[in-house]
Amino acid sequence: MHISEGVLSGPVLASGAVIAMAGTAIGLKKIDYDRIVHVAILASAFFVASLIHVNIGPASVHLILNGIVGLLLGFAAIPAILTALLLQSIFFQYGGLTALGVNVIVMAVPAVLVHYIFLPLLGKSSTLTFAAGFLAGLFSILFSSLLLGLALWFTDENFFETSLVIISAHIPVMIIEGIVTGFCVTFLLKVYPEIIPVRKK
Amino acid sequence: MIEEKFASGQSFIHQLDPKIRIIASIILSFAAALCDHLTIAGFYFIISSILITMAKLKWRAVVNRLKPLFWFLLMIWVILPLTFDGETIYQYSWLRITGPGVMLCCKITIKSITILLIFTALIATMTVASLGNGLHRLYVPDKMVFLLLMSYRYIAVIEEEYKRLLRAAKFRGFTPRTNLHSYKTFAYLAGMLFVRASLRAQRVYQAMLCRGFNQKFHTLDVYPSNRLNSIFLMGILAASLSLVIFEIMWA
Repeated sequence: MHISEGVLSGPVLASGAVIAMAGTAIGLKKIDYDRIVHVAILASAFFVASLIHVNIGPASVHLILNGIVGLLLGFAAIPAILTALLLQSIFFQYGGLTALGVNVIVMAVPAVLVHYIFLPLLGKSSTLTFAAGFLAGLFSILFSSLLLGLALWFTDENFFETSLVIISAHIPVMIIEGIVTGFCVTFLLKVYPEIIPVRKK
Repeated sequence: MIEEKFASGQSFIHQLDPKIRIIASIILSFAAALCDHLTIAGFYFIISSILITMAKLKWRAVVNRLKPLFWFLLMIWVILPLTFDGETIYQYSWLRITGPGVMLCCKITIKSITILLIFTALIATMTVASLGNGLHRLYVPDKMVFLLLMSYRYIAVIEEEYKRLLRAAKFRGFTPRTNLHSYKTFAYLAGMLFVRASLRAQRVYQAMLCRGFNQKFHTLDVYPSNRLNSIFLMGILAASLSLVIFEIMWA
């Protein structure tokens, strides 16, 4: 999910860049050197996960999984997502420099929110874990597309219809991300629970 | 699949200091993103094309690289002229195409292509290692540079892991379809990717500690200071500044 270059207005680009920088600073502060390799390699996993395409009928969409990255990393998801997006621009030219800040916000703010809302629900029971994972995946894409629509709307009120089209086009993606995140979280808790930073009671 | 096609080359642009290229691309991209007149945007487009030519990149490869953008632009051209408010220039029963909508589409098209060309010419022509070096010398926090370099280093490894998992699934007769089973399989696959990434991170970190990692990343690339660097930066600065002033005076 990207906003392309050349669309947004100056104030939106500038506030995106400033908020992204502040978020990255907070995120970096929370990563100590013991964990930085972990964050870096999870960022590469996030990058690779976005290459996975799943079918919906005749079409296919690629996974985004910012929900999982958020659950696993919390605030550290912001620099991780920034890294992945920058590398995506370099390798595939998905976006350039000016909209990078806004795109980081669009992907990373929902990831951090999801971390604080849904992480406490994981691991209570298997149904609850799946449900929380499903909602985490669904909401991360929902928030992302809402933020994207908002950025367009702040640029020009005439973008309202375009925003609606973008948000509704993402509804199937929300459901798929929800299902995949639900299963993925269940799997992680079974196979390698240490990866999920569940707070100790 | 993941390769730095443009990073090797002998052109003038390739020999510039990464630091200079990063600053120049930021200045030029933001100047282009903020301009409001189609004609001025056209000038930025010409500058970006000159940069591509200077970097001696193959136009066919560059256009190929812009493909994802073209899909986005197609969507914009379908939606905006029909939904934008303003003077109608064409009407067919309930369908109406507005002048400002078409104008905005032209502007977005030129600006987005320009900004991506600038990125391709100046940033994609260096390796990620040089980019890290440049960012480091521009006082980007050490940890951020570290994340970028480390994550770049392991993308190929994790991608290999992904291909192996997918191959294993296919050997067991997995064909992706639109059903819960397929989604579940991909979810487990992605989950396994995160698990392997995390386990590898532990091993890598331990190996780094064994080799005396002291939280510093040293760079071996040396870019001798060269008069061309400052001339290039001044040129970019002068071009963007004069276009910005010209636009203000004109408007």
